[in-house]
Amino acid sequence: MAMKKNTNRLLSSFESFCYKYRYIFAVIYVLLCVSIPFLGLNRVQTRLLMMIALYAMLGMGLNVLTGYTGLVSLGHAGFYGIGAYVCALLQVNAGWSFWPALLAAGVFTAFIGLLLGLPSLRLSGSYLSIVTLGFCEIVQMILKQWESVTNGNYGVRNIPTPHFFGIPLTAKNGGLLLLIVVLATLTALGCLALKNSNTGRVFFAIKDDELASTMMGINTSRYKIVSFVISAFITGAAGGFYSLVNGYIEPTNFVFNTSILILSVVIVGGLGTIRGMVFGAALLQLFPEVSRGLYEWRFVVYGLLLVLMMRFRPQGALGWRSTQPYHLSKQAKQILAQPETKKGGAA
Amino acid sequence: MSFLEAKNICMQFGGLSAVDGASFHVDQGEIVSLIGPNGAGKTTVFNMLTGVYTITSGEMTFEGKDLTTMTPQQIVKAGISRTFQNLRLFPKMRVIENVLVGTHIHTKYNFWDGLFRTPRFKREEGAMEAKAVRILRSIGLEKDMHSYADSLPYGEQRKVEIARAIATDAKLILLDEPAAGMNPAESAELLRFIRELKDKGYTILLIEHDMSVVMNISDRIYVLDHGKMIAEGLPQEIANDPRVIEAYLGGEQKHAEGN
Repeated sequence: MAMKKNTNRLLSSFESFCYKYRYIFAVIYVLLCVSIPFLGLNRVQTRLLMMIALYAMLGMGLNVLTGYTGLVSLGHAGFYGIGAYVCALLQVNAGWSFWPALLAAGVFTAFIGLLLGLPSLRLSGSYLSIVTLGFCEIVQMILKQWESVTNGNYGVRNIPTPHFFGIPLTAKNGGLLLLIVVLATLTALGCLALKNSNTGRVFFAIKDDELASTMMGINTSRYKIVSFVISAFITGAAGGFYSLVNGYIEPTNFVFNTSILILSVVIVGGLGTIRGMVFGAALLQLFPEVSRGLYEWRFVVYGLLLVLMMRFRPQGALGWRSTQPYHLSKQAKQILAQPETKKGGAA
Repeated sequence: MSFLEAKNICMQFGGLSAVDGASFHVDQGEIVSLIGPNGAGKTTVFNMLTGVYTITSGEMTFEGKDLTTMTPQQIVKAGISRTFQNLRLFPKMRVIENVLVGTHIHTKYNFWDGLFRTPRFKREEGAMEAKAVRILRSIGLEKDMHSYADSLPYGEQRKVEIARAIATDAKLILLDEPAAGMNPAESAELLRFIRELKDKGYTILLIEHDMSVVMNISDRIYVLDHGKMIAEGLPQEIANDPRVIEAYLGGEQKHAEGN
């Protein structure tokens, strides 16, 4: 008990410290991002950082659905794959440039998310997860079999390098890393805004108690679909980026294991948080790198980690509750500043 | 025409009639209690009124609008809100967030306003927070505003639930055993608060087992037993009604006396 109190106090002072200097941290972060091309990272480091940022973004995408609204998806590799293929095919076959193709990948995947969201109205819990699992397999099959469009098992090759105002963005000049970092940051800011608006609040309410949400007059079905659409949009856009990483994509990039990896990022990092997505992505991408020595034991350690997490820290490594007070608006603070009157109206 | 009127409402689950032809009405500004032994069908009546169940037969109207064909969401918008017998807060959200969810149906900004933090978002969100703070202050939860709902004591959680119901701008509030699990001091405090609600113009339909609360606060009382209304009247009449005493304590054992 005493230890818990101490931890809380430590957490509280850490959080107020972060909050107090948030602008300074933001400036440092932006400077660090801008200097990416000049850091002289080697190929392995660049690729690792790219994968961390990419999986942080994928985590944030799934987090909207699983962490916020409480719907567990085992099929996000399906969205990821659709986004990657749409982005790649539009560039290779239709001659689009990268930016509109990326947007189209997000929008098209969001539309598929809308369709997949429909069964979520009638299903809950593990039943919904099974449907998403089936969805992932269907996408996999279509990518493999619809050869005239997707080129089947050979995948899509020779995806062109994107240009930003004439500057090519490659892994070598750090442009690609900068691109995914910017995309992930935009996603994080969007998720943060979502979380602190009425839509995000309703997502969390649905996760906590769907019937009570209905009894507050909320059309829960509609919000569950909105959640699917947002989640699919982010995941599709992340897929669009992935098509650039190697310059080619193939169906096996988007299998069930990928879904599980994304879900692990969310669970290990901390459901419903954004910091957790970055941490989870970093941990799960770094782990295979540092554990090359125990190559054969990798999955044992990996599984053990998940089991221990679930048993001792189900909220995730960084899934703590904020100890800071709720950020009230000016209007609300004005009311609190007024002296309490006996007649203070409820309506 | 009454504010809330139910005529011959029935609810059957397979062969079981949970509510069997009950009729009652609530007038504007009243506090009406619904009492009855365990399993009498009181909560079922609430679930019928709020659209959780689709009623088997009968008529229900609220301000002249037919409730039987409305979805739960439409019923809340029409002005009926409720609390639950077993607390149904959003446990992992803060107290103020719980109340803000209650104000949700009156939000006047959309998803994009929220995403891009438009002036409209700031204005409307601020107004909602102000409303939530006012409600919390009036129910005495100001100090717990920032706490997470599941960290509060039981009695306080019940109050949060009432605050959340008020936040929907309901005219009629259905309270399902609000005093359950409260100590005498807490239920006296609750009594005072429910009276205040009445003074502010709310109409209240109450399910309650705590007779000190029921007898003190009700304008009228209905007694439900085995899905049927067995009595109706002023608190004094109900307290002395032999049918009610029979329902609660079991009938006089006439045959046993005969021997």
